Amino acid sequence: MYPKELRYSTEHEWAKTEGKRVRIGITKFAADHLSDVVYIELPAVGTEIKFMETFGVVESVKAVSDLYAPVSGKVVEINKALVEKPEVLNTDPYGEGWMILVEPTSPGEMDKLLDAAAYAAHLGEAQS
Amino acid sequence: MTDTLKRTPLFEVHVAAGARMVPFSGWEMPVQYVGIIEEHRAVRTRAGLFDVSHMGEVDVQGPGAIPFVQSLVTNDVSKLAIGQALYTPMCTPDAGVIDDLLVYRMSDTDLMLVVNAGNTPEDLAWIRGHAAPGVRITDRSAEIALLAFQGPRAPAILQTLTAVPLTEITYYWFRPNSTVAGRSVILSRTGYTGEDGFELYARAEDAVHLWAAILDAGSSDGVMPAGLGARDTLRLEAGYLLHGNDMDKTTSPLEVGLSWTVKLQKGEFIGADVLRRQKAEGVRRRLVGFTLEGRAIARHGFPIHAGGTADGRVTSGSFGPTVEKSIGLGLVPVEGAEAGRPLAVEIRGRAVPGAVTKLPFYSRSK
Repeated sequence: MYPKELRYSTEHEWAKTEGKRVRIGITKFAADHLSDVVYIELPAVGTEIKFMETFGVVESVKAVSDLYAPVSGKVVEINKALVEKPEVLNTDPYGEGWMILVEPTSPGEMDKLLDAAAYAAHLGEAQS
Repeated sequence: MTDTLKRTPLFEVHVAAGARMVPFSGWEMPVQYVGIIEEHRAVRTRAGLFDVSHMGEVDVQGPGAIPFVQSLVTNDVSKLAIGQALYTPMCTPDAGVIDDLLVYRMSDTDLMLVVNAGNTPEDLAWIRGHAAPGVRITDRSAEIALLAFQGPRAPAILQTLTAVPLTEITYYWFRPNSTVAGRSVILSRTGYTGEDGFELYARAEDAVHLWAAILDAGSSDGVMPAGLGARDTLRLEAGYLLHGNDMDKTTSPLEVGLSWTVKLQKGEFIGADVLRRQKAEGVRRRLVGFTLEGRAIARHGFPIHAGGTADGRVTSGSFGPTVEKSIGLGLVPVEGAEAGRPLAVEIRGRAVPGAVTKLPFYSRSK
């Protein structure tokens, strides 16, 4: 459910270090909770995003949710295929459902994120 | 904590089926089982079974029942035959819609009104407050369960459970005392999805048996339970209004496209004077369907820029799983209400372009 190589925000985004870049998406918990994702709004390439500020929006049939940046940095790539087929988020949130690739400006922010065990514990608390 | 939510007789069945339960109009109801879009598509292509037992049922009985209900609603109850049902708004003296309801004519002295769950207490107070002599009003909501079995395969599947020849029950007709899967129900060819199908009014204690029998009979046809989420996207595509969203006491039936339910020739009824005046003078705003470019969704309350003197507002909006577009309903000034007119909905500070679209967005092939 929550891959060990990823780091997690309390707002249910995941971040994955790939060399000098960080790939960002939302967790299976978030995707399941949203259910039936029909629209995704991502920032343009080149946009500067800031730690735990909104960088985009996900809409399901029933609700709209903001996306929060798990790291600060410059967006260098966005997943255009996901924008075209948002339902992929429900089936493959950690793979084809990735959202943006970022060049972090403060890589140390990754240390503020949760590891898989801490995120699972966070969910346990959030669900009770 | 919030007030205690009411539960239908099928609550445990929904939980066991893995439904996501949510508060709705004071009830704890299944919003989805496997997913709104999958359930929506099942109803459009096969059939889906809904628990809508939260709806209210009110019997109005006695020699004065028909003239009394005739004085409360805008449509013409006197035209109903025994065994026929009618859709109608019920209005305030200012022609605001208190609720929209179905009227079933059981006999010359016995009507059943089916009202929206969240409005049941207010409707009952209103109806009782205007009750005439010779009329008995009974709230039967707690003892009646309501299952809606909707979709192109629903009639054939239901036919395997009953000896009643279903082809004899046509749209907006019903048959009381019908035996389905060994239980007595009112079998009504009505629905809120834009598909063929039936609604079954059953005794509350029979709901679990009937639910299981219908799902079992339909299992090889891909029938699945469907939640309120799919019910909402289905009704929106079909252009049906939801009271509390698309109309309420601040809107008249003539403003929201229900002029076909307002029978000004039938004699006096509550709201008739204002409706007559509105009809003579014309209304200033209208409820319209719209389609947006792209996939961002217009949510209830978002502003609509449609030309004219004032902004409009979205009353319902969703992604339409069958039409595969961002669609909605909204109140706009009459100047901007013509089908094909461009408009824009303000979504998170951005004007998303679209156009007024003739309703319904979807109609089934017959």
